[in-house]
This record gives sequence, structure tokens and C-alpha cells, in this order.
Amino acid sequence: MVEKGKTPMLDELERGPWPSFVREIKRAGRKKEAPNDLLKQLELSYKDKVTHWKHGGVVGVRGYGGGVIGRYSDSPEEFPNIAAFHTFRVNQPSGWFYTTKALRQICDIWERFGSGLTNFHGSTGDLILLGAPSENIQPCFDALTEEAGFDLGGSASVLRTPSACVGPARCEYACIDTLDLCNDITHTFQDYIHRPHWGYKFKIKISGCPNDCVAAIARADLPIVGTWRGALRIDQDAVREYVNNGFDIENEVVRQCPTEALEWDANLKELRLRAEECVRCMHCINMMPKALRPGVEKGATILIGGKAPLVKGARLGWVLIPFMKLEPPYTELKDLLERIWDWWDEHAMTRERVAELIERLGMAKFLKAIGIEPCPEMVWQPRTNAFIF
Amino acid sequence: MATDIGPPDFRAMLPEVIKKNYGKWKYHEILRPGVLKHVSEDGDILYTIRVGSPRLLAIDTVRDICDIADKFCNGHLRFTSRHNIEFMVTDESKVEPLIQEIRNKLGFPVGGTGRCISNIVHTQGWIHCHTPATDASGVVKAIMDELYEYFVEEKLPAKLRISEACCGNMCGAIHCSDIGIVGMHTRPPSRIDDENFLTWCEIPTTLASCPTAAIRRHTTEDGKKTVRIIEERCMYCGNCYTVCAAMPIAHPEGDGVAIFVGGKVSNAKTPPKFPRLASPWIPNNPPRWPEVVSAVKNIVEVYAKHARKGERLGDWIDRVGWPTFFRLTGIPFTEKHIDDFTGALATYRTSTHLKL
Ligand code: SF4
Ligand code: SF4
Ligand code: SF4
Ligand code: SF4
Repeated sequence: MVEKGKTPMLDELERGPWPSFVREIKRAGRKKEAPNDLLKQLELSYKDKVTHWKHGGVVGVRGYGGGVIGRYSDSPEEFPNIAAFHTFRVNQPSGWFYTTKALRQICDIWERFGSGLTNFHGSTGDLILLGAPSENIQPCFDALTEEAGFDLGGSASVLRTPSACVGPARCEYACIDTLDLCNDITHTFQDYIHRPHWGYKFKIKISGCPNDCVAAIARADLPIVGTWRGALRIDQDAVREYVNNGFDIENEVVRQCPTEALEWDANLKELRLRAEECVRCMHCINMMPKALRPGVEKGATILIGGKAPLVKGARLGWVLIPFMKLEPPYTELKDLLERIWDWWDEHAMTRERVAELIERLGMAKFLKAIGIEPCPEMVWQPRTNAFIF
Repeated sequence: MATDIGPPDFRAMLPEVIKKNYGKWKYHEILRPGVLKHVSEDGDILYTIRVGSPRLLAIDTVRDICDIADKFCNGHLRFTSRHNIEFMVTDESKVEPLIQEIRNKLGFPVGGTGRCISNIVHTQGWIHCHTPATDASGVVKAIMDELYEYFVEEKLPAKLRISEACCGNMCGAIHCSDIGIVGMHTRPPSRIDDENFLTWCEIPTTLASCPTAAIRRHTTEDGKKTVRIIEERCMYCGNCYTVCAAMPIAHPEGDGVAIFVGGKVSNAKTPPKFPRLASPWIPNNPPRWPEVVSAVKNIVEVYAKHARKGERLGDWIDRVGWPTFFRLTGIPFTEKHIDDFTGALATYRTSTHLKL
């Protein structure tokens, strides 16, 4: 326990209606010393307004090139219990579903080897076990794999832990089996997740529909976004029920459709769709989930190149394949990934994401190298300049 | 020693009702903030209770969460991509007692669905990272304390997603949130550790890491090979520190946060888009970051007051225009808001469509 009054700034953050991370650190500090030193070091950061963690530090488990983030305090004499405070990225089950049995096993292992602090989840999607001393890394990993059946996720220049939205497990909008696909590619590419094969990281995120709940387009090198071909499905009786209950279909749906694909016939009480105009934005379906559903021919749009700003600016993923059917064993997708990785690995400089490489060498070269034909769906508009040849 | 076993199969983690109705869900309703009802083709019903969490959890709290799931949910639960916990039950009569149990045992709020503010996706900050320009958990706690009502009640025109990242690496998708809070360094990494430079860093890699070619080779008087910064070229991105530990960039007075607004990832109505700069720099003022909290609150309140029903923050701004956004929020527009990075030219207005 940290004595009362030793961490006044953090104590302040125990107050207020939102759940307090300080309370969590203190709770873990009743059983272990590391959380108490963490709290004291954090208080020092609040005072100094800088971090007190040293830069990096390579730690790991036998046979793996990632999955554990090395972390050392810059004031080990003052905070001996967090002198080394390394973190595990534990690969989450697809969709972040757990049994309490599995969670309790992880808790018990973490009580034995670590600080007792966790993140559910890290922004990578992994379950994070926060803070263990160096000598516990290997035994903790052994326990995680052998006792609990969990494995590590990716860190550094590897295929990062893929993640997926809840998909068909609980979402009627899902156009692909996000969970199965995520689980399948995670298992297929274990080697790429655990050992660095390339000059930088590569991320795959899977959303079941264009609502993109896992932000695939913004942060995955290969965003996969479920969609459908043909007309979305309309249950006219259910539409009428919405309208009869006072729902303003004209203003909230018809006029909000970005391509004017919808029309409400107030006399016949019928919603009409010009299917060829629909761009599958999901708006009408989101507004009337009881009445509207994606079409029956389902698949995904495959994009390329989403990333955060460092270094040359953030990129949203660009459309690569407008529509791909995605059914086990997902051979077409896996072949595509291997072709992309080959090209990227051959040409990229260190720490160059695939989007940056495409910008440097040109989209045309990229498409040619991976054997994809250009199509107008790939661009907002064709080029404006005449420097064609 | 087992390696490469991969994650456990998710199928082993699913509740029975989900196994039975996998891919067969028909529609859903939001019964009230934080309570979802999913109905399947076969007429099976699933209630989901969404619970906000601080993301950082002690294992004893995880065990409490498990106790609740054992008592009410046959030992199953899930988490969302935004750090929420979801308890699922099939029996409507269990919903109320479950919420009571969550309140009593965890003290965590139920909400974050539909037109609520969802949980703030965030990063490690001073708790566990070496490059942050601000903390994450503390900023998030301070903001959510202030915006709590928007998590537990549906009071906004549309969903609002706030994210926080403590440096430009932006672990997580903060660069496509309605409101993105980003740690900012504003001083160059000028305290270079010449003693350790060659032990910790490679000169060519370090030079190559800089997007503005602001790093040059340097030899100290006693002949040590190291580097120096051409300060007027530095944009404080911190990328050099990521590859070279001898170039710390954090600075107690120079570090702070910027606020970006109007991004989204969903394709609904309008395409996904990046957020744009609202506030270039607000100082770190722990433990409650009052200036950041009031800046975020102001944006939320202006949006809540002026946007149309169903309109995301960025869609509202695109409709009314950025001059209107700056006028209504009272945020000063400065030269810092005018882009000078890759892609800047595309942001300069080339039309006389102006509200004058
Ligand atoms: S991305 Fe689409 S399918 Fe996946 S959870 Fe979100 S709304 Fe459902
Ligand atoms: S999905 Fe979007 S584009 Fe298609 S009809 Fe509905 S609102 Fe219009
Ligand atoms: S955003 Fe930056 S400082 Fe924060 S956890 Fe990620 S790398 Fe570390
Ligand atoms: S902070 Fe960024 S711009 Fe400044 S020297 Fe380092 S890499 Fe270059």
C-alpha cells in the first residue's frame, strides 16, 4: 500500500463518477509492491510533467522476436519494484469473447508472475498484462501457453495482431464472418506475427460492414470491410411499422441517402430503392435495422495503406479490390497478402509502411507487381494533368 | 515449450445463444443507453449491457467481473474495441438485477451506445510508455468525469467518439475520431546524449528517421561522433527518438496536447475522413487538465446545440463550414491552422463560396 497523502495528485483522480484507474492501481497494490511503485513514479510524472520510463529495452521469450515490450524505470533506486516492468501483448480471442474460466486462468498466472495490472484491451487489440520483472518473462509465457492456451500477439516490425468486430456473433449487419477470418489468418500467419520478417509493421483489421467498428480503414495496412453486391433487402411491412410509429422516413432516411437512391411513396406506403445508385453507406440500414438489411451476395471490399500520421502523414486505406468473396479457407486473400508482402519487403526502406512505399513508387507499379487490374472504383477521379507518359 | 499455438478459438468462448444464432441475427434495438436487444431469425433474444471501464484493471476487478458473468451470464462475456465490458443475458428479467450488481460490485457506468459518447480509446501515457507528450489515463478520467452525463444518457445528435493518444505514433485510431486528443512535443530533441550516442544509436538510421532532414552529423571536440538538430527545420515529431534513445524529446513545459475534430471511420452517409485541427496546443496541467477538459466540453456542447439529429460532428462542420465552427466555438483561428505539410495545397480554398 502507498501511504496516505504520498500521491496527492493521483488521489484526486480517485474522485468523480467515471471509473478510476488510480483505484485499480491501488487495488493491485494491496497484493503486490510493483503497483505501489508504479503509482509513486506516476505521481512523480504528474509533478515533473514527463515520463519516467526509459527508452525501450529488448526483452523476449525463446523463439519469438516480439510480443513483450521491454520497459525500465529511469529511477530504479527510487522505484525498485518497477525497475524492470515489462509488458505482454496476449493475443485476444477473435471479437474479444471470453469465458470466465479463461479470464480467471490469466488472472491467476498474472498474479504469480506479474504486477496484477492489465489492460482490457490495448489499442492494438491485444490483452495487455502490464508489468513483470525480466526473470518472470519466460515462465509467465510458458504458463500462458501451456496452462491457459493463450499466445502472444505482435510487436515491432511484424504482422501485428489482427482484430475484428463482433460480426456474425452478434451483429445483423455482418457481411463476412469477421471472427472466423480473423482467427484463421492469425493462425495461418503465426510465424509472421511472432518473428520479424520485414522492415516494418503490417496491420490487418476486419470490419463486417461499412460502419467499420474497428476503424480498419484508418489504421490497417490491409483494411477488410464487409459489403454486399446487388440490392439491399427491404421488408416493406416493417418499413410501414416504423412510419406508423411516427418515424420521419422522408427526413431521416430518404433525404440523407448520399446518392438519392431511395424514395418514399407516401400513397402506396412503399420504400423504393434504385439499387444501382446505392453506394452501401449503411445509413438507411442503421436507421431502420428492423426493416432494411444488406443484400444476400456478401463479401468484402479490400483496401490498402491505412496508417497513423508518423511520419509522412496519416493515410486512410485506398480501395484495392472492390468486392471479394471471403469464404474459408480464404485462399484468394492469403495469396494476395503474400504478393503484397513480397513486393513491400523487396522495395521498402526500413520503417516504411506499405502506403508510403506505394506513394514513393506509384500505385500503378504496385498494382502491376501484385497482378491487380486497375478499375475506376480505385480512385475518386482520374488524373487532372497531362503528364501521362 | 509450446510456441505458435495462436489465440484460443473464439468459438470456445461464445455463449450458447450466440453459438445457436451465429450469423442469424435479424435486428437490434437500443432499449436505453447501454442496453441492447438483439433478435434472431428464430426469435431468440439477447440483451447486452455495455459497461464503461477505465481500461486499466486490477486482476481482482477482472475477477469481480467474472463473478458477475458467472452469476448472470453462464460464465461468458466480451469486451468492445473501445474498452467497454459487455454482459449478455437471454432473460429479460435478469437485466435489472444485473445492472444493480454492476453498480454495486464494480461501480462502473452502463451506457455508451447510440447517441452517447462512447468510452475514450486511449494509450499508455506516463503509465507505461517512453515517448509520451502527455498522460493518457489521467486526461481520459478528467474528461469522462466532466462528460459523464453524455455516456449514460443519449443527449447528442449522433454518436461521438473521442480518442486520446499521447504522441504522434497514435497507437489506436485516434486520427479518425470525432474528437482526437494528441500529445504534442513543441521543443526539438536538443539534449543529445553524446556520451552514449554510438552505443545506443546508428547515425545513418537516425538521419533517415527525420522527415524534414533536420538532423546532421556532428563530431564533438573530443572526437565523439554524434548528431545535432537544425532547430528551425524540426517539427517535433519525435520520430528520431523512436529510433535513437540518445535524443529525448520530452519537455515539461513544451509538451502538451492538440485537439482535432470532425473525423470518422464509418461510411454512413459521408465517407470516412480525418479530423482537422481545432486547438494547436494546450499545456499539460495534471492531475485534471482543466484547459483540455473545458476545450473538449465546449466543442461537445456547441455540437450538441447546433447539429441536426443524426449528424456526426464532422458532417455538421462540413455542412455549416469551418468559419462557422470557429465562430460558434470561439476557438481562435491562427496561422497554425493553415496546413504546411504534405497535402497542404488541397486544403486552400479555391472558390468564392463564402458566408460573408
Ligand atoms: S462493423 Fe458492421 S458488422 Fe461489424 S459490428 Fe460494426 S456494424 Fe456490425
Ligand atoms: S445504404 Fe446508403 S447509399 Fe444505399 S440506399 Fe441506404 S442510404 Fe442510400
Ligand atoms: S501514442 Fe505514443 S506515447 Fe502513447 S503509448 Fe503510443 S507510442 Fe507511447
Ligand atoms: S523530432 Fe522529428 S523533425 Fe525533429 S529532428 Fe526528430 S525526427 Fe526530425
